[in-house]
Amino acid sequence: MPNTVSFITAHFDKYNTDDLASCLAIGGFGGLKRALGLTPAELIQIIADSGIQGRGGAAYSTGIKWRQAAEVPGEDKVVICNADEGEPCTFKDRTLMEKDPFRLLEGMAIAGYAVGAKHGYIYLREEYRHLRPKLQKAIDQARTNQWLGSHIQGTNFSFDITLYSGAGAYVCGEGSTLIESMEGKSGRPRIKPPFIKECGLFQKPTLVNNVETLSAAAAILDFGAEAFKAYGTEKSPGTKLISLAGNVRRPGAYEIPFGMTLETIIETIGGGLEEGRTLRLVQLGGASGRIAPASLLDTPYTYEDLAKAGLDVGSGGILVVDDRTSVIEFLESIQDFFIHESCGKCTPCREGNRQIGRIIARFADGAPRPDDLETAKRFATIMSNCSFCGLGETAQSALLSAIRHFPEAFELGAFGEGDEAGLKANANVKASAAGVAVGETIGKHSFKGERGERA
Amino acid sequence: MNAYVTNTSNTHQGSDSLYKPAHTTILTPELMVQIDSILERFAKDPTRLVGMLLDIQDITPKQYLPKEIGVYVGEKLDLPLSRVYDVISFYEALSDVPRADIVIQFCDSVVCKVVGSRRLKEALEGILDIKTGETTKDGKYHLEAAPCFGACDISPAIRVNGVVYGPLKTEEDVRDALARYEKGGGARA
Repeated sequence: MPNTVSFITAHFDKYNTDDLASCLAIGGFGGLKRALGLTPAELIQIIADSGIQGRGGAAYSTGIKWRQAAEVPGEDKVVICNADEGEPCTFKDRTLMEKDPFRLLEGMAIAGYAVGAKHGYIYLREEYRHLRPKLQKAIDQARTNQWLGSHIQGTNFSFDITLYSGAGAYVCGEGSTLIESMEGKSGRPRIKPPFIKECGLFQKPTLVNNVETLSAAAAILDFGAEAFKAYGTEKSPGTKLISLAGNVRRPGAYEIPFGMTLETIIETIGGGLEEGRTLRLVQLGGASGRIAPASLLDTPYTYEDLAKAGLDVGSGGILVVDDRTSVIEFLESIQDFFIHESCGKCTPCREGNRQIGRIIARFADGAPRPDDLETAKRFATIMSNCSFCGLGETAQSALLSAIRHFPEAFELGAFGEGDEAGLKANANVKASAAGVAVGETIGKHSFKGERGERA
Repeated sequence: MNAYVTNTSNTHQGSDSLYKPAHTTILTPELMVQIDSILERFAKDPTRLVGMLLDIQDITPKQYLPKEIGVYVGEKLDLPLSRVYDVISFYEALSDVPRADIVIQFCDSVVCKVVGSRRLKEALEGILDIKTGETTKDGKYHLEAAPCFGACDISPAIRVNGVVYGPLKTEEDVRDALARYEKGGGARA
């Protein structure tokens, strides 16, 4: 594939993922081998030098995060790998676990060594249950061969990994919510402080990192921070896995160096749009990400350039939407998602999402009230400022950026041809959804009363 | 032990309107043995409740978690029923209502929508002759909408008992995917 690189993905398709020996034969666990010869402080310095930022979405410096975790007092710390990749249009962590599971285990052990943790946990989303046997097998093989377990490779460092399952809740991607779920509870975020780095899973000091961050850390130890920094820009060093999907010819997970423009990504890597289609919008970073019109496609894909354009790397998702979907239809779908995924703990997120959902539905029907746009903006601002966790804070990113870039979509009488077709289809969907909702209420006595609403 | 079996009909009577009267007992002695082995596999560690319930749901007929199983698991783990039900009712992947032998989920999140999941939903409802959220009369298939399951590279996609198929652009593709699932022996993912 032109323009893609392989640093984090260097071992993809090079070995049999069911066989540790074949991984070791191509230099597997080279990063951990090197790490064990360093002091934790030296190791953290290499990660800090690489300039890598957390790949889960928050983009916090991994070097600083590890240093803080190492400085927290406590004998019994834990490392959690957040494999609850729930953002729509994000599947690069799945690809990493499918094609190089040992890289992840290696990265977790390296993180454990750096911060002084003995236990690691992978919180794997239910949707990736097919990866459970593969990961468990990899863990078992690594333990048998002393790459995990007590006295790894004859050193004084011991570290083991346990696999936990999620059960289909997007909110569990949030650190403290993930921990609640791992303690056998429903997924609702915790109040902070105490911060999870001091008091997290089972009240122990906890480091939570994304699959890609941990895999990248292992690769950085393996190939060196300089090799990583050879890619990318000064402020966004290295490479990034993107999940490119939607209306492009070649959707998929690709590793790219930072600095490529969005247009190059879509045209060269994604193969462009279908014949005769024009671009409506691009959404970066999953459902909680902002959207961009075609005029911003010359923006380079780096943390700093995207920020200047009012965008964000986020989860690394790049969703391409062509002219068959109207802006309002798109927002309606995003809003359905957040109404469904809000955990209900805090009022701004629970009620805000529902009310904004109603407003967007009125726009979709072509019958908004005069003050609807202002009300939506006001509610969205309240949600961003007052929600309990990141879900509510970011749920309205798409709406607010749509109002900024596509003001015409919210003007009455400005509905184009595509939008009219969308309106009719929407009316049909709503009719059937109402039918289902009634059926569920009468027939099933479900606790999950909301289910019918989004069918 | 027997209390769980014999008393189930009583549990479902009276003012307890949250549950349908059980005409058959789900929690048979055989199922209990299987559940026990799952609990053992998780070392009866209550922090792993979510994973345990997922596995128990897999082996329960109609792929759901009725109250009697909630009670049973709660007593085995020394957890109050309210705690077990908090988990069952919270998570999308756990169902407190009967589903079917084969659960079909189509992705209704934004990525699948922009590439045409509406046609997929219509095709599935047509083939199965049910609406989303319903179960076929023979109890074999249950159709539900699901948020993104991370198969956006092969969207629009469906999951059949956890096995992902995509991209499914036509009704023919959908029929083919269901046939492939059956041919594979109906194994779970």
